[in-house]
Amino acid sequence: MVKISRYLKPYWAYVLMAPLFMALEVYMDLLQPNLMADIVDNGIANGDMNYVLTRLLIMLSIALVGMVGGIGCVYTSTVAALGFGTDIRSDLFRKIQTFSFSNLDRFQTSSLITRLTNDVTQLQNVVAMSLAMMIRSPLLCIGSIIMTIRISPSLASVLLIALPLTIIGTAVIIRKGFPLFRQVQSKIDRVNTIMRENLAGVRLVKAFLRKDFEENRFKNANEELRDIAITAGRLMSIGMPLLMLITNLATVTVLWLGGIHVQNGSLQIGELIAFINYLVRIMMSLVMIAFILTAFSRGKVSADRIREVLMEEPDIVDPAESRNNPSQEPKITRGQVVFENVTFSYSPTGEPVLKNISFTAEPGETVAIIGETGSGKTTLVSLIPRLYDPQEGRVLIDGVDVREYSLYNLRKEIGMVMQNSLLFSGSILDNLRWGDPDADLEKAVEVATIAQAHQFIMKTPNGYDTDLSQGGVNLSGGQKQRLNIARALMKRPKILILDDATSAVDMVTEAKIQRALRQWSHKCTTFIIAQRISSVMDADKIIVLDRGRIAGIGIHEELLASNPLYQDIYRSQVGKEERAHA
Amino acid sequence: MPEDTHNVHGNSSQPTKPSSFSKGYGHNSASSSQNPRSVGAPDMRGFGRRGFHGPRGRFMGPVEKPKNLGKTLIRLGGYLKGDILGLVIAILAVLLNTACTLIGPLLIGQAIDKYIIPRDFQGLMRISLVLLGVYLLNSLAAFLQGFFMASVSENTVARIRKDLFSKYQVLPLKFFDAHTHGELMSRLTNDVDAISITLHSALIQFISGIITLVGTIVLMLVRSVTLTLIALSIVPLMFLLTQLITKHTSRLFMEQQQTLGELNGKIEEIISGQKVVKLFCREQQAIADFEESNQKLKKTALKAQVLSRIMGPTMNMLNNLGFALVAGIGGLLAVKNIGGAVTVGTISVFLNYSRQFTRPLNEMANQYNMVLSAAAGAERVFQVLDQESEPADAPDAVDLRETGIKGHVEFENVSFAYDDENIVLKDFSLEVKPGQTVALVGETGAGKTTIINLLMRFYDVKEGSIRIDGIDIRKIKRASLRSCLGIVLQDTYLFNATVRENIRYGRLDATDEEVEQAAKIAHAHDFIMRLPQGYDTVLSDDGSNLSHGQRQLLAIARAVLADPAILILDEATSSVDTRTEVYIQKAMRNLMKGRTSFVIAHRLSTIKDADLIVVIDKGRMVEKGTHHELLKRKGVYYNLYQSQFVRSRQLDNRDIEVAP
Repeated sequence: MVKISRYLKPYWAYVLMAPLFMALEVYMDLLQPNLMADIVDNGIANGDMNYVLTRLLIMLSIALVGMVGGIGCVYTSTVAALGFGTDIRSDLFRKIQTFSFSNLDRFQTSSLITRLTNDVTQLQNVVAMSLAMMIRSPLLCIGSIIMTIRISPSLASVLLIALPLTIIGTAVIIRKGFPLFRQVQSKIDRVNTIMRENLAGVRLVKAFLRKDFEENRFKNANEELRDIAITAGRLMSIGMPLLMLITNLATVTVLWLGGIHVQNGSLQIGELIAFINYLVRIMMSLVMIAFILTAFSRGKVSADRIREVLMEEPDIVDPAESRNNPSQEPKITRGQVVFENVTFSYSPTGEPVLKNISFTAEPGETVAIIGETGSGKTTLVSLIPRLYDPQEGRVLIDGVDVREYSLYNLRKEIGMVMQNSLLFSGSILDNLRWGDPDADLEKAVEVATIAQAHQFIMKTPNGYDTDLSQGGVNLSGGQKQRLNIARALMKRPKILILDDATSAVDMVTEAKIQRALRQWSHKCTTFIIAQRISSVMDADKIIVLDRGRIAGIGIHEELLASNPLYQDIYRSQVGKEERAHA
Repeated sequence: MPEDTHNVHGNSSQPTKPSSFSKGYGHNSASSSQNPRSVGAPDMRGFGRRGFHGPRGRFMGPVEKPKNLGKTLIRLGGYLKGDILGLVIAILAVLLNTACTLIGPLLIGQAIDKYIIPRDFQGLMRISLVLLGVYLLNSLAAFLQGFFMASVSENTVARIRKDLFSKYQVLPLKFFDAHTHGELMSRLTNDVDAISITLHSALIQFISGIITLVGTIVLMLVRSVTLTLIALSIVPLMFLLTQLITKHTSRLFMEQQQTLGELNGKIEEIISGQKVVKLFCREQQAIADFEESNQKLKKTALKAQVLSRIMGPTMNMLNNLGFALVAGIGGLLAVKNIGGAVTVGTISVFLNYSRQFTRPLNEMANQYNMVLSAAAGAERVFQVLDQESEPADAPDAVDLRETGIKGHVEFENVSFAYDDENIVLKDFSLEVKPGQTVALVGETGAGKTTIINLLMRFYDVKEGSIRIDGIDIRKIKRASLRSCLGIVLQDTYLFNATVRENIRYGRLDATDEEVEQAAKIAHAHDFIMRLPQGYDTVLSDDGSNLSHGQRQLLAIARAVLADPAILILDEATSSVDTRTEVYIQKAMRNLMKGRTSFVIAHRLSTIKDADLIVVIDKGRMVEKGTHHELLKRKGVYYNLYQSQFVRSRQLDNRDIEVAP
């Protein structure tokens, strides 16, 4: 975990202290069997009461000192792990805040959320465990080996066989088990996916009578999960008994060989008991090490996923000059928008979504964009606030390339309402204030009135203070859209972009919004994407898009007279008899 | 209930419960235990199953208790049927395993006292061989126990999962309206997993723990009453300290979980709305908001985790204390030669046993809690299984697939409410002749989708009746009814599968050519061909890589492929541009010639050619007729229609108020 480890740096003192405390606890633990051997061999053998009593007192105080060490280790390792986790989470979150739309598209929302929550937690747990156990087990293991050698080097030779056997046994089981568990995990995901799909698509499944089909699909996934889980479980059920057996065989061997040593006087009986005690500790710490290693590799997966986000370079950033000299940054003053031979595609290899687009929107003009599903309407307006950068050509605002504005100065002056804009938890007023954190209620009422939202807001229980649950689910689609428009207006933007922003709003209300915008004291260049002819026919300029190319620009009457595609769209919406008077 | 709040559950993704957070820290309580059996198995297993959000960790918040433990366990026992033999073998193996574990130290003590000290080499040899046999048996039993419990537990939970899934298939939609997805998923993940973990390890360990505990104490008592009392003297201390620590940790952990929930909620919300955050330059506020919870979590988590993890060193200290007391006081007794014959062998036996009975004491409380929460989980699963299913078909129900269908649909005085209070449809009557196209028009929430829901028998009418070809739909086999009705739903759901598989969902035995033909009719073929892998492109996350209009085209292709006798389009083209819509309509018109169809749309251009337009307001039919008739009448429809062509500039001078 090369780069991730630097997050431990601020906590180096704790990271250092934790193993020291742990060493203290382990050392105290290791002394216990030795002292016990002294009691048996010197105290009991010689009938020395005082000796036994002093040893007992030493053992008791050692137990307490050991606990102090243990608690010290718990405290220091927890502080370090939590600090580590908190800092990583923080950096990750800050990093995501710098992401451009294409960065965000590359990772998908759900995956970013998992990385911020589960993966960070996972890693934090691994750190906490490593600091406590990763030190403890090897220390305990090595310490115990040293103790056994001190008691009897010849008996300790039993370890020469037992240790490699344990290590090999554990390694084999982990190596076999690890891919199995990975498979179990993917089968679990499969079962969960099918279940989730059936819950989300319950109407579809019922409507298409796919009960049997789905049950069969689930049955297969369920049985696959069951079978692989049984295999994994059985493999694991070999593991522990096997390791137990090795430990116990070593114990019997030591007992038998040790008995012979005792008989010929080269070993004392207490030492033999102590030896057996150490032996169990050695084996146990080996198993523990193996277990930690698996946890570690699990942590590595999380670390990789986190690193991926941290290493991602935001592909849209402030221009270099503006970072050096903030006071001289260009600012948007008029709101003129010019596209110059813009060509754009979402991936370098993909087919261009926009081809050679050129047009000018003068300050205060309303520009409507109309075209088929997938003709590039949304993509076109996305280039204005630099959600993406074009591969060829330039987008200019007030004569300056958008790439020369700082992102803040650029987006501050652009109000954009996207197709599926989210609202956030908090009150209606809180949501509107996204456009202007300092706005008072008066200003909120002003823009809400323009967006035709004031009336229904006043009908909600607490008016502007009504709390929206997450995502604003307690509002209808049309109401959400109107709040979204109001939120964007709150910015008093120089450029306003409405991307199918009124699709769930009825026509009259939509017309009212357009009229109110026109009558608003604040003038802004407005882009409207819509499917309804009625939404666009009053625009100063209508751009007809066809598969990424401009098929026509003009006002309604011009296009109706000369543009076949526009005529086609018009005809599809207006019946013959209405065409006369519409 | 307004129509469009219906699919709220369908669209909102449920935040996952952050329960996995607690998991890793659970291990420490037993970390210092040095018994070989307590370390590996359950933890290794837990590692493999993270997706199921693990069991509630040890020393985590308050344990939930099942309402009726006995009844739940008996019912759970029913699921073990078919694995009784395995279970019996496993339990016998547990008994054998535990017995061997108890006998081992006893034999070592004997070896020391009877053979090593008296220097009886032959005897040592014999007892070593006996010990060897006991240990072999021990491992064999442990293996058998794990081997059989693996299949017992996995088979059992697989059965429960299957029942749960099948139940979800037959539950009425009313049930899904009343529960969130997260809640229903949690039955599968958290609850079934708790059962699985319990069956796999907790149950067995609980049994063996009790036997070990009782056995150890009895065997110790037999060797030396005094030394037993000394060894047991740490037990009250252990209970006291555990009580003291858990009392605080459960409160602290609750706080931690709450803060964690808060933080995860913020993360979920902000990251989901990240694009909006960027558009409004709110990055700094977002960071500040996040950081507040992040730092708060650090503080509460520190308290909770330090306190709970202190349990490890504390237990270790108590073990060492017990060890010291047995060795020291045992030594004193041996020197003084009081308290019965305390020999060196006895001390050795006690040193081994003292660890053996503190372990189950430490863990049994946790295992008991795990059994309890598994039972509580099982209870929740059973609650779902006990829900009322969609009513079964009447025995004399008609199968429309056999009788054939003309498509004559009648609604007679139909009333309906989703709950007891808000009536959504009142006294609705309508006759649709075979082959007619009927358009339902009205505001959001007027009751249009409800009419479709009733026709599909997603819900049953409260009053009145619906008839197809003169037969009450409640007397028609549900499957045959739905197979005759092809529906394109408002919320187009796409599966995580290829485009081809998604379209083929309409008719499973359709050939590739038929799938492509359907896509062509739905005008989806062109854009599908532009996808990276064409028809084999895998759609992720409910088709999030498609625009809404494109998803609707796929849903239409699916319905076209199904080739139903009656077609229902519920806002099926609302996000499709009007020109494409006209092409689709033309193609569909040929396809649907002579068949009845229902169309809901708020874009009136979509429906103006319908044979019959029905205007609905607040659950009642207010107007009915063809486009021309309704325009002539100059009523609600006329106003609606006019408003579609309102030019906003016309409003500049006069205020048109349009009903409703």
